[in-house]
Amino acid sequence: MLGIRKEFPGIVANDDITLQVEEGEIHAILGENGAGKSTLMSILFGLYHADKGVIKVRGKEVHIKDPNDAFDLGIGMVHQHFQLVHNFTVAENIIMGKEGGFVYDIKKASKKIKEISERYRLSIEPDMVIEDITVGMQQRVEILKMLYRDADILIFDEPTAVLTPQEIDELMEIMRNLSAEGKSIILITHKLDEIKKVAKRCTVIRRGKLIDVVDVASTSVEDMAAAMVGRPVSFKVDKSPCHPGDPILEIENLSVMNSKGVLGVKGFSLTLHAGEIIGLAGVDGNGQSELIEAITGLRKVESGTIRFNGKDITHMSIAERNDLGLGHIPEDRQKRGLILSAPLTSNMVIKEFTKSPFSSHGLLDYLAIREYSENIIEKFDVRSGEGADSLAGKLSGGNQQKAIIGREITADPDLLIAVQPTRGLDVGAIEFIHKQLVEERDRGKAVFLVSFELDEIFNLSDKIAVISGGELIDIVDTTETDEHAVGLMMAGIRKGER
Amino acid sequence: MKGKVISKPLEARKASPLIVSLSAVFLGIAAGCLFILCIGKNPFAGFERILFGALSNTRRVGNTLGMSTQLILIGLSVAFAFKTGLFNIGASGQMLMGGITGSMLAYYLPMDMPRVIYLAIVIVASMAAGAVWGFISGFLKAKFNVHEVVSTIMLNWTAYWIVYDFIPRFIVDPTISVKSKPIETAHTLRADWITDLTGFSTMNYGFFLAIIMCIVIWFVLEKTTLGFNLKAVGANKFCAEYAGIKVNRSIMVSMAIAGALASLAGLTYYCGYSNIMEMGKMPNEGFDGIAVALLGNCSPIGIFFSAIFFGILKMGRGSLAATGIPTEIADTIIATIIYFTATNVILANFWNGLFKSRFERNEARCRAAMDAHGDKRSLEALSHDEFNAYAKEGKALMKEGK
Repeated sequence: MLGIRKEFPGIVANDDITLQVEEGEIHAILGENGAGKSTLMSILFGLYHADKGVIKVRGKEVHIKDPNDAFDLGIGMVHQHFQLVHNFTVAENIIMGKEGGFVYDIKKASKKIKEISERYRLSIEPDMVIEDITVGMQQRVEILKMLYRDADILIFDEPTAVLTPQEIDELMEIMRNLSAEGKSIILITHKLDEIKKVAKRCTVIRRGKLIDVVDVASTSVEDMAAAMVGRPVSFKVDKSPCHPGDPILEIENLSVMNSKGVLGVKGFSLTLHAGEIIGLAGVDGNGQSELIEAITGLRKVESGTIRFNGKDITHMSIAERNDLGLGHIPEDRQKRGLILSAPLTSNMVIKEFTKSPFSSHGLLDYLAIREYSENIIEKFDVRSGEGADSLAGKLSGGNQQKAIIGREITADPDLLIAVQPTRGLDVGAIEFIHKQLVEERDRGKAVFLVSFELDEIFNLSDKIAVISGGELIDIVDTTETDEHAVGLMMAGIRKGER
Repeated sequence: MKGKVISKPLEARKASPLIVSLSAVFLGIAAGCLFILCIGKNPFAGFERILFGALSNTRRVGNTLGMSTQLILIGLSVAFAFKTGLFNIGASGQMLMGGITGSMLAYYLPMDMPRVIYLAIVIVASMAAGAVWGFISGFLKAKFNVHEVVSTIMLNWTAYWIVYDFIPRFIVDPTISVKSKPIETAHTLRADWITDLTGFSTMNYGFFLAIIMCIVIWFVLEKTTLGFNLKAVGANKFCAEYAGIKVNRSIMVSMAIAGALASLAGLTYYCGYSNIMEMGKMPNEGFDGIAVALLGNCSPIGIFFSAIFFGILKMGRGSLAATGIPTEIADTIIATIIYFTATNVILANFWNGLFKSRFERNEARCRAAMDAHGDKRSLEALSHDEFNAYAKEGKALMKEGK
């Protein structure tokens, strides 16, 4: 891809970017969110069309109009969100769209799938049904799908976001196998250690511009991070030892149904003290959402109790819990956290508009609301085009998150529940948010952190609780464990069972 | 902080809802012209007749405003539900409930009651009837997740048959058995002074009630915590729930208010605009109100004007007959306008594209002028005035170049 330029209204997403990937190479693309990685790959995959520049595959100039063209050229993409039909078998999923004629031969296809699986050591059985296999295996099915279509340029879009540490290691191994067999791999990520582990070269993009192409082996992680962000970054969060106070949140034997009507959380117990951060580690979909929804009142509790500051809140309404001092940074900031079509002013008082000084006798006081909002915007450095009047939907993801965190922290809660507070954010914003969470802890507040990023859990938490299959596997001091041990627990293996 | 101007970045303007609505009206009228041309008539004569029929004397103006009264109130009802994310398609049934309540009170309340008290009672009672009717849909939605479109349509027919039963049972006209007995003028919303002023038109106190309701609804939506609450639920139910707003309660409140507004329309229609109720008639206005709300962009002021516009078309079409143009042309125009309003995204994109290309032309001109001046600043650094001045200069420069 040579001299690619793509403009969207108001921004240049790609400005004269050149990306050259050699045969059999694992090439990483590193950049913050919004740097233009996804746009570049979407152009290669035929989802967007470049305004300028040419794409050459094996030395020949090509025009990729749509994903089908990309397939024909042997370009395949493993998306962040898997595109699989859950009640179909592996083989059915793989041949979908490639059935070949009216009557399809599943046996022949299965045989080919088995061959490919063995050749690249993917260990996938064609007859297994998707919903019965692990997330890591589902991802390998996605990879198989590409290989089945004879793709030899594979794009991996943030492939490790949903995997346990062990699964990540397996994936890295598979990538190495693929490259040894002559496949070219483009790895899109913002995780530096993964790049360090597998990639040969790395193209760094910042604000739509090509910054550098570095040889991974001879470049330090710190240098790559600095190239990505444009300034030196610190990875460690500075934090003093914790001084736990009174118990703030006491969960006892809690069971909660999930949306499918089976128990998503089973007999979960946990105590969180003032001045303490507990990180909840676990693979996505192991009951975290149900647990948080039960604590915040969004979901009905089946059995067990939740006490907050000594009060039983198990069956209280959401508003009552908020009033008692429960702050919640929700997992989905665009669905739950903000009203995207409303201005920041309304969003900043969405929990408190019925209270003084924002309203009296049912009438809103816009001046007070504006003043309060502008205060948050300034204090939390929320950047927006039109200040407090900006629609929330017009803000970048990082600024949306800063606005939510600003709102929750300004309300001065005793317990702050932060679910995936830094998902999809760039390094600068992550640093800022981590600092805020630690500050809350130091002010004697309790923080309950849920994250799928183990780095984040280890960096911030004083204690780590591990959830798997809706059960608490163990709760350990951060200083007394390591990523490997937590990784095993995330897979549901208890201490004694190893 | 006071007096601080928030500097917006230089960019092309965006199409406002007003422009979009006006272009829908324009396109609707243009389509109407085309249809009239197709049957070989003069479109200008047609529109002249419509305006003549609707506005040529005080009586006709009065009739148009009388017709618009219902449309304003129904439009408000539909728009209010819309703001909470609900689609009130049951305005017809709510109208009937308001109408039958008003008609029965008019029949049974003593004639020697003071007028002010009488009016207060019928208005409150019929609004309450509609509120209950709307509340049922809200309740079904909140508790059993029954979609409001289904339940309101169902309730339309429930109201229809209630009216069908109540007219012969309680208020039948002894001479014509399918109609209710005409209400004495003193028990309608008509007022002698309005009737005199507008030469015995159908206009009545309802028009002023409609204006008051426009103001009240605007106030509720913009200034009160209740409005904030309902709008939050409409804009993002999940966020509202997360913030501790009782979503189910909001849905019920919103439907009740929407029902009250529509039944007030029913009262003005059956006990003001007309003075009888007929058996077996579902009022069309309930559905026209959806168009009114859409064209008015769901804002009370927009609804007021779009209702008057639709009122003109509906009242004026009667005069079309003289020209040989079928009166259905007015309905066709309304339908076309609804189409264009519903495709407002296309219209907005059209205007946005136009504004953008104009802006880009100005940008090019501006750059040319800046080059000529040796101004090295970036475009973003310019103020709007500077930008415009440069653009003007650039235009002249480019002309010379050619």
